[in-house]
Amino acid sequence: MSGSDAGRARRGVSVRRHGGEHDPDSRQLLKELGQQSPLLITLVLLWMVLWRSFTPIDLLAGIGVALLVTRVFELPPVQLSGRFNPWWLLVYLFWLAVEVVEGSFSVAARAFDFRRVPRSAVVEVRLITRSDFALTLIAITVSLIPGSLVLEVDRSNSTLFLHVLGTENQRDIERARERVRVVEHRLLRAIGSRDELKESSR
Amino acid sequence: MSVGAVGVEAVDVEAVDVGAVDVVAGVLLVIGALLTLAAGVGLVRFPDALSRMHAAAKPQVLGLICVLLAVALESGSWLTLLFIAPIVVLQLITTPMAAHMIGRAGYRTKNYRRSLIVSDELQDDIDRAQS
Repeated sequence: MSGSDAGRARRGVSVRRHGGEHDPDSRQLLKELGQQSPLLITLVLLWMVLWRSFTPIDLLAGIGVALLVTRVFELPPVQLSGRFNPWWLLVYLFWLAVEVVEGSFSVAARAFDFRRVPRSAVVEVRLITRSDFALTLIAITVSLIPGSLVLEVDRSNSTLFLHVLGTENQRDIERARERVRVVEHRLLRAIGSRDELKESSR
Repeated sequence: MSVGAVGVEAVDVEAVDVGAVDVVAGVLLVIGALLTLAAGVGLVRFPDALSRMHAAAKPQVLGLICVLLAVALESGSWLTLLFIAPIVVLQLITTPMAAHMIGRAGYRTKNYRRSLIVSDELQDDIDRAQS
């Protein structure tokens, strides 16, 4: 039993080495750069904005710094779904702006409501998406919109545990859960894969 | 003539021209200040660490955005607006992270008032996993 396992492992290694020979290092590097290009472009733009000058020298220095930073602080590659809808992303960002304002004022109102101390609840929300990227964006959004804050993330089950401020009864809890589902649906319309989007609209 | 008297003469209230932009910027500054005050009041008033993170995360971010917008309006230059854009974006991304990390630590160290929590589904989940 253990012998055959070892044999399979050896074969696996040799197959991988073969793959490496067909795929030269330079092409691997180009592919990596292509994958990281949105991040690199953002970093270069940030560099030039911070220096408030847009000369070719700043561009070159920015590229250098961006490459250095992404090499030194290496991050795992972000897996995108391959689907991207700019219109729904714009709708999403506009809606997010409105929700951030509402969320801020609702917490501010609670802070100034001296009559009562707010009660809260810890709510579990199961999400549809399996993508780490979408999960992160949903968690950030949920923390900014009215009432909720992410306490714990169960990545393997795509489950968020939220702390919801201002819940008095079960109905408020259900409403908070529903709001997160709305966030997920709106986000998946912009960046989710077709299957996940179909599942979330049900 | 003393130095103080020169200072008083220099501030001639009627000569200051208040435009619409100044009014909007002023209103934004006041809103921003009030939201920041609300964040402070919330920090003091809310009962436990978890609730306090709400106050630290939300009104604080919008308060900062309001103040930055007022600054951009007053300076009247696109470059300033471009300059505050990364500040706003990074605030919006990092504040939830900070609130999450502190909230998580607060929950794990039981730094919250059980009596004020209506229902705790994370505790239910932990109980299920342990049984």
